[in-house]
Amino acid sequence: MRITVTVDGTTFTDDVEPRQLLVHYLRERLGKVGTVVGCDTSNCGACTVHLDGHSVKSCSVLAVQADGSEVTTIEGLARDGRLHPVQQAFHDNHALQCGFCTPGMIMQSIDLLADNPDPDEQAVREGLEGNLCRCTGYQNIVRAVRAAASTMSGGAGPEAEQVAPASNVAGGGDR
Amino acid sequence: MIPAAFDYVAPSSVDEVVRELAAAGDEAKVIAGGQSLLPVLRMRLAAPAKLVDLGRIPELRGVRDDGDAIVIGAMTTHYEVQRDPLVREHASLIALATDTVADPQVRHRGTFGGSLAHADPAGDLLAPALALDAELVLSGVDGRRTVPAGEFFTDIFTTSMRQDEILCEVRVPKRTGWNAHYEKFNRVAQAWSIVAVAAAVRTEDGTIAEARVGLTNMAATPLRATAVEQALVGQPATTEAITAAAQHAAEGTSPSVDGNADLEFRQHLARVLTSRAVSAAVGA
Repeated sequence: MRITVTVDGTTFTDDVEPRQLLVHYLRERLGKVGTVVGCDTSNCGACTVHLDGHSVKSCSVLAVQADGSEVTTIEGLARDGRLHPVQQAFHDNHALQCGFCTPGMIMQSIDLLADNPDPDEQAVREGLEGNLCRCTGYQNIVRAVRAAASTMSGGAGPEAEQVAPASNVAGGGDR
Repeated sequence: MIPAAFDYVAPSSVDEVVRELAAAGDEAKVIAGGQSLLPVLRMRLAAPAKLVDLGRIPELRGVRDDGDAIVIGAMTTHYEVQRDPLVREHASLIALATDTVADPQVRHRGTFGGSLAHADPAGDLLAPALALDAELVLSGVDGRRTVPAGEFFTDIFTTSMRQDEILCEVRVPKRTGWNAHYEKFNRVAQAWSIVAVAAAVRTEDGTIAEARVGLTNMAATPLRATAVEQALVGQPATTEAITAAAQHAAEGTSPSVDGNADLEFRQHLARVLTSRAVSAAVGA
């Protein structure tokens, strides 16, 4: 089946098998390997992306169901060489250990903040209940989301999303 | 994990869907939000030859006012149901139960109708639909028919829908001004109810005038705790009176038993959660 999907601002038209999962389309066809497959059973949330503005587990959506839609992955967040404020907050607060859950955590955190710009700790934990961190590094993840909320409190518009220097963009050699 | 190959159609009308289903026979499976079906396909617990997707039919989505009832389109997502002002005002029990379904990502995709049609005994929307006397509107090649919730759920993962039928919308009688609560017991890492209780109560001057109590996962189908409902009527809306009435909650139940909880514990949960649900609903 032929589908047309806009992913991270670029429109792609591809022939896909109906059984292809959105996460496999993103990773294997488009090379968007920032979105990872964790549990493969819909539990862990590592594969979370935004589909038409709402977070979904991309292992539980068929690529054909995304036809005509807009998808944002973790790779589409940084703008003009600057991290998204939630990415920056994860960096600043050391909100990752092994880092495997991080793409999904960040995508879900952005969704949470869009619905609730000032979540308390309980609201953050409930908002991230579909994302599992096997390192159990939840303390700093919650801290990062709360920090991002205060950074973005002036409004979550495009300007607020550009706060970090270019050198901190993912892959920038922090290790 | 990759599903077995299947053909896929996404019709733009209910008529087309019904024709597809009638032509395909047992080979076809309907996909709504897909949040239960896709994991099943990935694990190859099912391998239908054809998927018929309801996601491209706008008329199946949304909530409307229909006089003495609200009508919830089958493809309305959990996220939309949670926030819908009509649902919150006239069927708050459904909104509260929906809040507990899975997680935010799943609620963005999963649908009210899909959840009912899937008929998982641990599903959280079945007991509220039953307790509120919801009516399910089905479409098939022979036209439309309406089935009361009490006749819709027939067994585990089984409904009275025929192979060529789909669930189009759900009519929920308005219970404006009723107090409601959904009390759920589950493992934190998974949102499936081990047992949950749906309660909607109308009080008059501190006395319980009407009560509707539905049980999740206490049988192959959702159940009404009718003995509790009868015991509550006329009682003061106090913790003591509610706890006494809730002792009837396990009567007539036949829960399946697994590693999470044995029979005795599930019956205990039914009583405790019923007491909590009704108490929380009336603020006792």
